[in-house]
Amino acid sequence: MAWSATAPRIRDGVRAALPLAPSPILFGLSFGVLSDATGFGGAAAVVMSATTFSGAAQFASVSVLDAGGTVVAAILAAVFLNARYVAISMTVSSIFPGGRLRRLVESQAIVDESWAISGRSGRFERPILVGAGLFFYVLWVASTALGTVLGGVLENPNELGLDAAFAALFLALAVPYLRERKARQAAALAAGIVLVLIPFAPAGVPIIAAAVACLLGLRR
Amino acid sequence: MSEAWIVVLAVGAATVASKAAGPVLVGRRQLPSKLRSCIDLLAPVMLIALVVTQTFGGDEEIEVDARVVGVGAALIAIALRAPVIVAMAVAALVTALLRLAV
Repeated sequence: MAWSATAPRIRDGVRAALPLAPSPILFGLSFGVLSDATGFGGAAAVVMSATTFSGAAQFASVSVLDAGGTVVAAILAAVFLNARYVAISMTVSSIFPGGRLRRLVESQAIVDESWAISGRSGRFERPILVGAGLFFYVLWVASTALGTVLGGVLENPNELGLDAAFAALFLALAVPYLRERKARQAAALAAGIVLVLIPFAPAGVPIIAAAVACLLGLRR
Repeated sequence: MSEAWIVVLAVGAATVASKAAGPVLVGRRQLPSKLRSCIDLLAPVMLIALVVTQTFGGDEEIEVDARVVGVGAALIAIALRAPVIVAMAVAALVTALLRLAV
């Protein structure tokens, strides 16, 4: 059958993801090192990479706890960051076949990068998304584990400027979003809310309060 | 159970649910466009809130210290299109050196 030669397979997804391999490896390593250094714990870091599989949210939780925020603030910061997956997963909801359990499992391969790669041909392709997602998942969990081992070698993590490294990471992740005017306005409002609240509210609360800035999306 | 493990369980469950929301729960339906715009803004909003907290946050006060210079250096690195990991290293290095010097 002629079409079978062009229909993508899981391994095509892995191949498409290969050029992006350095990103999950370096992120995973730094997540492992930072979680271990901040007292989050190596085992918790590896289990979080295996179950959450979403870099920005994982770094957010660890950094909120490290800054003295509560458990609730650390959870909400990550949940708000990952709310985008509700919207992202809806764009690919029709490509997953089978029963609910199979769709639940396969949908976990959705991360920003695997989703972007799978839509390159102009329509979303399940084997590409699942293959790329699996590939990133293995690298992410393995490099987190390696990072926690390397992190144990650090002696005085607080003097190393880890707080500034966290800030730099979130800044770099935010920049691509800020090309849109509305996102810039909402981000500026969020920054203002945090600065105003820091002197009055316990750690973690200003971040969660800043989420109301997303309501700018209600304006046309 | 320690704080870290509670966070791991709760964030893990919420993330699994978010990724499954489309394929398992919603099917072919679409989110209302205004709700979609709000969700789209959440990621940059939370990321910038985290940046400001990590740069200026103190013990219920705004602190301007070595971190500000470190993050400023990282911003320059990002503007020069440095990879994320390089920006992080620049921030950590500049901050650590300033702390040593002061």
